[in-house]
Amino acid sequence: MPEDMRVLSDAPSKRPSLSAVGLTKVYRTGEVVVHALRGIDMTLYESELVVLLGPSGSGKSTLLNILGGLDRPTEGQVFFDGTALTGLGDAALTRFRRDHVGFVFQFYNLIPSLTAQENVALVTEIAPAPMAAEDALWLVGLGDRLDHFPAQLSGGEQQRVAIARAIAKRPRILLCDEPTGALDSKSGVLVLEAIQQVNEELGTTTALITHNAIISEMADRVFSFADGEISDVRVNDVKRRVSEIHW
Amino acid sequence: MSPLDRKLLRDLWRLRGQVIAIAFIVASGVGVLIMSLSSHEALEETGAAYYERYRFAQVFAEVKRAPLSLEAAMAKLPGVQVVETRISQFAVVDIAGFVEPVIARLVSVPERGQPLLNRLALRSGRWVAPGRVDEIIVSEPFAEAHGLKPGDTLQAVLKGNKRTLTIVGTALSPEFVYTIGPGALMPDDLRFGVFWMGRDALEAAYDLEDAFNDVVLSLLRGSEPALVIDQLDRLLETYGGVGAYARKDQISNWFLSNELEQLRSMSRILPTVFLAVAGFLTNMVLARLIAIERTEIGLLKAFGYSNAAIGWHYSKMVIVMAGLGILLGWAIGYLLGQINTEIYGEQFRFPFLLYRPGPSSFATGAVVSLVAALIGAASAVRSSTRLAPAEAMRPPAPPSFSKGALADSRAGRFLDQPSRMIARQLLRWPLRTFLTASGIAMAVAVLISSLQWFDSIDEMADVHFFQAQRQDVTVGLVDPEAGSVMHAFAALPGVQSVEAQRIVTVNLRSGNRLHRGSLNGLPPDARLEPIYDATGRELPVPPGGLVLAETLAEKLDVVPGESVWVEVLEGRRPHVEVPVVALFDTYLGMPAYMELSALNRLLLEPDRVEFLDLLVDETQQAELFAELKDLPEVAAVMLRRAAADTFYETLARTLLIFVSFFAAFACMLAFGVAYNMARVALSERGRELATLRVLGFSRWEISYILLGEVALTVLIGVPLGCLAGFALTWLITSSFETELYRVPFVIDADTYGLAIVIVLISTVVSCLLVRDRLDHLDLIAVLKTRE
Repeated sequence: MPEDMRVLSDAPSKRPSLSAVGLTKVYRTGEVVVHALRGIDMTLYESELVVLLGPSGSGKSTLLNILGGLDRPTEGQVFFDGTALTGLGDAALTRFRRDHVGFVFQFYNLIPSLTAQENVALVTEIAPAPMAAEDALWLVGLGDRLDHFPAQLSGGEQQRVAIARAIAKRPRILLCDEPTGALDSKSGVLVLEAIQQVNEELGTTTALITHNAIISEMADRVFSFADGEISDVRVNDVKRRVSEIHW
Repeated sequence: MSPLDRKLLRDLWRLRGQVIAIAFIVASGVGVLIMSLSSHEALEETGAAYYERYRFAQVFAEVKRAPLSLEAAMAKLPGVQVVETRISQFAVVDIAGFVEPVIARLVSVPERGQPLLNRLALRSGRWVAPGRVDEIIVSEPFAEAHGLKPGDTLQAVLKGNKRTLTIVGTALSPEFVYTIGPGALMPDDLRFGVFWMGRDALEAAYDLEDAFNDVVLSLLRGSEPALVIDQLDRLLETYGGVGAYARKDQISNWFLSNELEQLRSMSRILPTVFLAVAGFLTNMVLARLIAIERTEIGLLKAFGYSNAAIGWHYSKMVIVMAGLGILLGWAIGYLLGQINTEIYGEQFRFPFLLYRPGPSSFATGAVVSLVAALIGAASAVRSSTRLAPAEAMRPPAPPSFSKGALADSRAGRFLDQPSRMIARQLLRWPLRTFLTASGIAMAVAVLISSLQWFDSIDEMADVHFFQAQRQDVTVGLVDPEAGSVMHAFAALPGVQSVEAQRIVTVNLRSGNRLHRGSLNGLPPDARLEPIYDATGRELPVPPGGLVLAETLAEKLDVVPGESVWVEVLEGRRPHVEVPVVALFDTYLGMPAYMELSALNRLLLEPDRVEFLDLLVDETQQAELFAELKDLPEVAAVMLRRAAADTFYETLARTLLIFVSFFAAFACMLAFGVAYNMARVALSERGRELATLRVLGFSRWEISYILLGEVALTVLIGVPLGCLAGFALTWLITSSFETELYRVPFVIDADTYGLAIVIVLISTVVSCLLVRDRLDHLDLIAVLKTRE
């Protein structure tokens, strides 16, 4: 493990990037009340990679959606660079997502009518200081697939295009919701390697949801979720390369 | 209720916007059909019942003067059932406060009660009393136009004597369903009316004691009018008969049947087009709607539902959608049909209206719409049920796209990604793009073909009243007079120019083809009312021979160089073969022209004129009218401007309202198409758009992608629609021809513009409605769900 990575993971004194204070989220459907989040406090520091681990229904996706400005908490606050996201309107939230957040979804959500390069360009065209779409694709190892349409790519390749699309704008935060959920392990490794590489080379704060505990070994810190609460926070003393992980 | 039916109800509720839009499309087709067929049916039935109940005569004849003793001889003619002799005259009327001269047709009625034929429907007041020579019953529309009621008086010049007449009642008659003045094309209730007067009073006023100058007959069932007419003509010849004619040539009935014929062709062509278009659109929209249901179809199959059960489930969905449209169409069609019938009932005066639409139009509309809808749904259901359940439940594999020509073109390289998405989406499924664009095109086309009626009528009126005619006033004389009478009229106040005409009633015959109409004699240098070709050309009046309207030449099957037999039906009744020397194009009527002196020679008469066209100084019109009212030789006064006004007014009241209904239906259709297009696009693209929202695209940016697709489709559809509208209009106008008029094939640029604007507005409104849904896309669902 390189020296600087150790310093980073061991240094909660680093600048906070995104922090949540006392987040609760209550869904009401008719007479049923679901407490998705029950008072979450969490800070993501710059350049760190965290894994949110937990069974389905434990609240991790809800948290990710709120952190990414897709949803609003019932109570509590989210701060980004000292600004409370929870006070922003729809247009400002859109702006926040556009300028600072990269999303990677379980089902890739590529636009079938655009090539790999064009799918990335879709985002770089509206971002303030993006990298070239080609560079983003090189970064995820798809430099030779620029002109392929989603239908011509494997699932793993499609997911890597999605990662390239998420990071091409040089976001401050990368949010990945079960990025390997729909992939076989071989493709999954390639995808996770891409995420790790982006995190290291660009210093993007990354939060990754998974219910696969093994994957958590690549993180600086691991948050375990149960019933809408953080049941455990673990700092990985030894952060493993993805290539060393198998499942 | 089975769970599947419950699902059906919820689906319908979920899709309510589209259900309504489809119902609109179906309703427009069904509604137009029912409105047209039912008003045609109602007018025909009303007319027939009116004729029957009020004993409308079947043969009509006018004579100069014939002795009453002839009645018995006429009654004995084979085939004749009832003979009613009458006295009928034209008179100039003076109504206090109305400057222009008014013409009245005076018709005698027995003082003791209803005549045997052409009975009156007394609408107010009472019958004329025996021995009261100044009492009249006036036609109801005339009384209404002037605000006259029983007890009021007016003045009329009867054979040179000015008399004060007292109105005792108002009435309608089957003989004057369409009350039209001499030489007019449209009823003008202000300037023309019918007065019924006691027989004795009229006999005395016109020195026709024990005589008659007008006779009407009814026939025994199954007898041929032509045979009776022949014998009647022979009987009346020596008494100055002008040629008897059958009911089909009777002026009011002729107009009525022309109008019915026009209504019939309108109710055949336009609704057929509408219904076909609505069927096509229903088909297209439902096919796309059900294609989106693919996952659910897979799920149902996985549960073990059979293809037939699933097919029936979606058929029910379609039946409900189309059924709503059919019910809506029935209701609107029924209501508008009734309104339309009532509007026609104002122009054609009936004492009652029978609006009892039969089941056939309702059934036709329903069956056509349902079948079209079911076929559309069937093809989509079939392609979904053909898939294995597991495959159907999976979202379709990402469709393969290719860069196509777009990437290489210079323009393509500068497109941003959202624009590229729009272009590729449309190019990927060219057939679907084309079909959707055709939907828009059809909406544009039906709008154009409905709205162009306004242009056609404008063109017709412009050519007939403003280009072809220049006189201000046309005066009809009681009897033909020597040409020198022109000098007397030239000396009247305000008269700047006088031009003579002679119009005689003739039968034109060529082989076994016959046309009963009038032959107009014009001076060789006719300026005020020349022979005017609708293309804007004036034809010289040839020294000899006939100039015929093209429609007439077609009816008689003659071309220039051939000749027709002219059988004059008045005066000495000569029969002469006359060559046709030229044809001209006209929109109104079927006129035939000849040089005036050649016509007089043909009639074996000296220089005679019967009508005078006057060019009048507007400032002296009032004085001229005052003098004309008192001139005994004047039988009729026609004002060009008033004729043009009534033409517009009448058409505005009937045809144009009818056409407005069509236009309204076309708008409904346009909206239905546009809304469905936008909604289907949203269902197909919803996931992509939500993804883009998550990626940080603003609402307007994703709206651009969705609405850009819609806009581009509309952009393709609009020019196609203009072409289709052109073709459709041509089809309609060319199949729409009555003896009264031919509809000019004219589409103004404004009409194209208006049709396009209406479709664009429908699209924009639909897009705004759909955009509202874009604002509420579920962004979170996108992260989790596959499709």
